[in-house]
Amino acid sequence: MDAILLQVLNGLDKGSAYALIALGLTLIFGTLGVVNFAHGALFMIGSFCTVTFNNLLSFERVTLSETELSPWGTPLEIHVPYVELWFGELGATMIDYSVFWSILFAIPVMLLIGIVMERGLIKHFYKRPHADQILVTFGLAIVLQEVIKTVYGANPIPQPAPDAFVGSVDIGAMIGMADNAVIYPIWRLVYFLFAGVVIGGIFAFLRYTTFGMVVRAGMADRETVGLLGIDIDKRFTAMFGLAAVVTGLAGVMYTPILSPNYHMGMDFLVLCFVVVVVGGMGSLTGAVAAGFLLGILQSFASMPEVKDFLFGFSIDQVIIYLVAVIILLTRPRGLMGRKGVMET
Amino acid sequence: MLKTLRTNDTALMILFTLVVLAGPLILAPVGAGYPDLMQRFVIYGIFAIGFNILFGLTGYLSFGHAAFLGVGSYSALWMLKLLSINIVPAIIFAVVVSGLFALLIGFVSLRRSGIYFSILTLAFAQMSYNLAYSVLTPITNGETGLQLDLEDPRILDSAGSAGQVASPSFFGLEMGDTAVVPFLGMDLQFNVGFYVSALILIGMFYLSLRIFRSPFGMILRAVKSNQTRLNYTGFNSRPYTLTAFVISGMYAGLAGALLVCMDPLAGAERMQWTASGEVVLMTIMGGAGTLIGPVLGAGIIKYFENIFSRINDEVVLGWFSALPDWLAEAFTTVISPFLGSGWHISLGLIFMLVVIFLPGGLVEGANRLMNLFTRLSGPRKNTASEEDAYADKGSLPTKAAPSSTVVNTKES
Repeated sequence: MDAILLQVLNGLDKGSAYALIALGLTLIFGTLGVVNFAHGALFMIGSFCTVTFNNLLSFERVTLSETELSPWGTPLEIHVPYVELWFGELGATMIDYSVFWSILFAIPVMLLIGIVMERGLIKHFYKRPHADQILVTFGLAIVLQEVIKTVYGANPIPQPAPDAFVGSVDIGAMIGMADNAVIYPIWRLVYFLFAGVVIGGIFAFLRYTTFGMVVRAGMADRETVGLLGIDIDKRFTAMFGLAAVVTGLAGVMYTPILSPNYHMGMDFLVLCFVVVVVGGMGSLTGAVAAGFLLGILQSFASMPEVKDFLFGFSIDQVIIYLVAVIILLTRPRGLMGRKGVMET
Repeated sequence: MLKTLRTNDTALMILFTLVVLAGPLILAPVGAGYPDLMQRFVIYGIFAIGFNILFGLTGYLSFGHAAFLGVGSYSALWMLKLLSINIVPAIIFAVVVSGLFALLIGFVSLRRSGIYFSILTLAFAQMSYNLAYSVLTPITNGETGLQLDLEDPRILDSAGSAGQVASPSFFGLEMGDTAVVPFLGMDLQFNVGFYVSALILIGMFYLSLRIFRSPFGMILRAVKSNQTRLNYTGFNSRPYTLTAFVISGMYAGLAGALLVCMDPLAGAERMQWTASGEVVLMTIMGGAGTLIGPVLGAGIIKYFENIFSRINDEVVLGWFSALPDWLAEAFTTVISPFLGSGWHISLGLIFMLVVIFLPGGLVEGANRLMNLFTRLSGPRKNTASEEDAYADKGSLPTKAAPSSTVVNTKES
């Protein structure tokens, strides 16, 4: 029982990331009908927003100490971040919690990137075949990835979680199981809750606001909405921006789990395409459900018991692809795909 | 019409053969005349030609072709280890194995088309890559990569010189052998490996030309223009697409085998999806659906990769040495991020520009230029490559004719 619970929990953090990225992908596909291969790059840019913001915050003033000497006999350098100089204790807390602050930083940045991307490039590809869309966004993904590599270097840049969230929590004891049976890192719990809030927010936005209603109507029948005198293109551009924000935030909050590096976007992109396909092209709930499902499935596949059962073959690396192949062959529209949407 | 087409093809074939065989002579002045790079040009040319048979003719965009390249590499290397250091059995075995592998993957993937096909092939390739890294380590040697060893059995070979790892050879001619001939102040390097691959490339180019001109090729083009309509006319198109998929998988396997014959080391990163992306780049850049385009694209990308990535700030500064210092430095700061280690940025940018403005690739660009010139100076003449470009776009020039009616059904 506790082993199962542990695997479910382990799957949740990866699953949350998959769900968020897949949600962004599906928002774009469902509204604009564009297959966006540059989406992984947005995830990566999001996580580098954290790096940038953290660097900005901890911009230091360096002074030489007059009394103390370093072990090399030179005057000791004292590094004091400007934020601390200005705000004192508050500044130190700000640096500690920079991951959360960078959410505020990332939202406008990602929104801008998303809108520029849609207006500047993708707009011209609505009428062209899916293959062309794949190719041009693939090229864009290469460019974005390489630009980040040139600016930030090829090595991963570790980002610490705030001190209060370092360490783990004994979930087993909380729900009345034996002590130390189910121990879970706090940050992953935070990530899961965060993903839940964002996903809930997006769904509520689409469900309960007029804007969301128009967008949903546009997803169902773009032409009719246009005929009713609504500038649907403008709203869809906004949705592209929103999708970029969702994906970027997934990246921002993922940084303490995975140190940002320039190729993380590509790694996640392939998996998230698979997630979208399993969930059903164009289905938002499907994307979220499939994200969590595949994340949990992956963590189950890495259990030693499963490995023993399969005569020593470990399948955690391939389980997602295997599931995708089976789903595509037996139920091409995916788990929750609408009938008639991209079935062939 | 048919007659002109044939003479044009013969001319193209002869020209292609001459250019490829004169490779060392042509490439030496542009700084690419060394064996390693020339071999790469040729081998990736084969890879791209094979990819083009699938993508250029049927329009199925496979994002997993590197898997076949990897499978070809591994199986060829195993033959080199187990059977003989001679490259012939290795190449044959690699082509057969990758063909079977392509049959399996194609059988499953071709049940879907469009983006689903791309994602399925991508999923299969990633699966193979992950398997090569984890479960299949006894076969692939994991991260270290598979390579030749002193203890290899090599049952067909007589015992070689002890204490030395043999290098792959073609009946005694070692792939690494190079004759250096000084010519007009340049050192021309005539390499055995290059010529072996070059002869294979010429053969494979001829094969692809025959496929392009055959009724089979016509059906494949019909699949690209409108598969539903083709199915309604009573053709079962799937065996045709599957054959195209297997052929292109075998081309990839052949390229993989040649890679290990030139440099007996096979690693799993050869199967990663960025490698699949690379062959897509090559084909699109040169011109998908044209005969010469993929080879051109492969050559250009490999040339850029090797030459441009070696340019550093000093060299760029040297270009502008005639300018005042501050101007030269300003130019250098602007340009250098796109060269050297950042050449991938320019690759991505060029690729995007090609997809946006020139979907037919460089061949289409050359045709447009040619049309511009011929329009300026009298009546124009059809060349074989022009024919391809038109056939791809579905609007043949007025002279072209009955044999191509299937192609005309396309409305883009």
